Amino acid sequence: MNWSWDHAAAVLPELLSAFLRVTLLVTIVSSIGAAVLGLVWAIVLREAPKVVAAIIFRILDIIRMTPIPLQLAAIWAFVITTDVEALTVGLIVYAVHYSTYMAESYRAGIESIRPGQWEAATALSMSKGRTWRAVIIPQALRATVPSLGNWAIAMFKDTPFLIMISVPEMVTAAEKYGGSTFSYDEPFILAGLIFLAASYPTAVLMRKLENRLATY
Amino acid sequence: MDAFLDDLSTAAPRFWDGLVVTLQLGLGGAAVAFVIAVALGLLTLSPNSWLRAPGRMVVEFFRGTSLVVQLFFFFFVLPQIGLELDPIPVGIAALGLNYGAYGAEVVRGSLAAVPKAQWEATTALSMGSVQRMARIIWPQAWALMLPGLNNLLVMLVKGTALASFIFLHDVTFVADDLRRTMGKLFSFGIGFAIYYALNQLLSSGMRILELRAQRRLGLKPESRKATKRAEAVAGVG
Repeated sequence: MNWSWDHAAAVLPELLSAFLRVTLLVTIVSSIGAAVLGLVWAIVLREAPKVVAAIIFRILDIIRMTPIPLQLAAIWAFVITTDVEALTVGLIVYAVHYSTYMAESYRAGIESIRPGQWEAATALSMSKGRTWRAVIIPQALRATVPSLGNWAIAMFKDTPFLIMISVPEMVTAAEKYGGSTFSYDEPFILAGLIFLAASYPTAVLMRKLENRLATY
Repeated sequence: MDAFLDDLSTAAPRFWDGLVVTLQLGLGGAAVAFVIAVALGLLTLSPNSWLRAPGRMVVEFFRGTSLVVQLFFFFFVLPQIGLELDPIPVGIAALGLNYGAYGAEVVRGSLAAVPKAQWEATTALSMGSVQRMARIIWPQAWALMLPGLNNLLVMLVKGTALASFIFLHDVTFVADDLRRTMGKLFSFGIGFAIYYALNQLLSSGMRILELRAQRRLGLKPESRKATKRAEAVAGVG
């Protein structure tokens, strides 16, 4: 390995540009999508008729237990003839995949709410919708937010799987630079450091948030 | 139906070859990850900060820098310093180090969750540190860490799908390759089924280990039969 500052300086702008335009975009958009979808799954699994809930549970289980690269390749194969962009496929696959994990986090948060809260809502003859909106979700979120944050960090570190459908994210840019100059060490070391620099402080923040929000 | 079976018998050998690669990476990676998780977990729990600090740094480094980056680093950079490795050992090393670092947190957390009185009792009985870990602390922590390790095992098996990035022909590669000749619904359907079945199998194996660990600690009754007997004696059920 012979580190060259010239190569490092040449590749860094390319990495940062791919990082901002794809890696960060996917992380933010898909995290929000996953957080919303996850809550929908958690509510549907509780409220839907048993058969429907069982089918949805099984589908979520299959999504959770199969790899993202396979999911990317499968969805891409079905839309390749249309004018859907690979990036859009990526946004959807990451959002749906991580929504299955976030649904579990919400479930734990909802189950941590004491039964008295549900009973009080019934006693006040609140509608089902209002019970969820005004009583359950605000309390469940408190217990769930740090865990959602940790899944978002996990998603962030999984974004290089987008190589599977040739979306130009940061590691693809690193590999391309390495392939054209035969110096692989600078691009990959820098890409790794960028991941570390972004994910470690966020992880520490989530740990702090977890301690602050912990009520019981 | 006959056409489907015909397709299946054509595709089966290809998927079998893919499964062998996926299993090599998954089981090899899991074995390496387990050893690393235990070693780093014990290190990060050490009272000596000269041991703890480097342990923490290694854990945070491998957790923070993304599996694919690590894989590419091993695959592209190590040969340049004269370390030629086959793609399979490279994949096993990357998976083992990455998930080993995640596992270290599970091991550390579980060991730390064993009640303080248990640690104190071993001191009162003047047990050595090896005996204390092997006979008292580890068996209790083992039951606590299995659910976490189970989650990581599923993630590791999913992580093996990066094999095609280093030119290996695993299940994901085969599914993507066969879509041209056998149809996408068929090839991807089989791909999904293989991963799902494999992860369900591994997960239920881990559940069995967990139940056994709990039973050894007296937390769960011996068997369903024993539960029935106990209930009969107690006059319930």
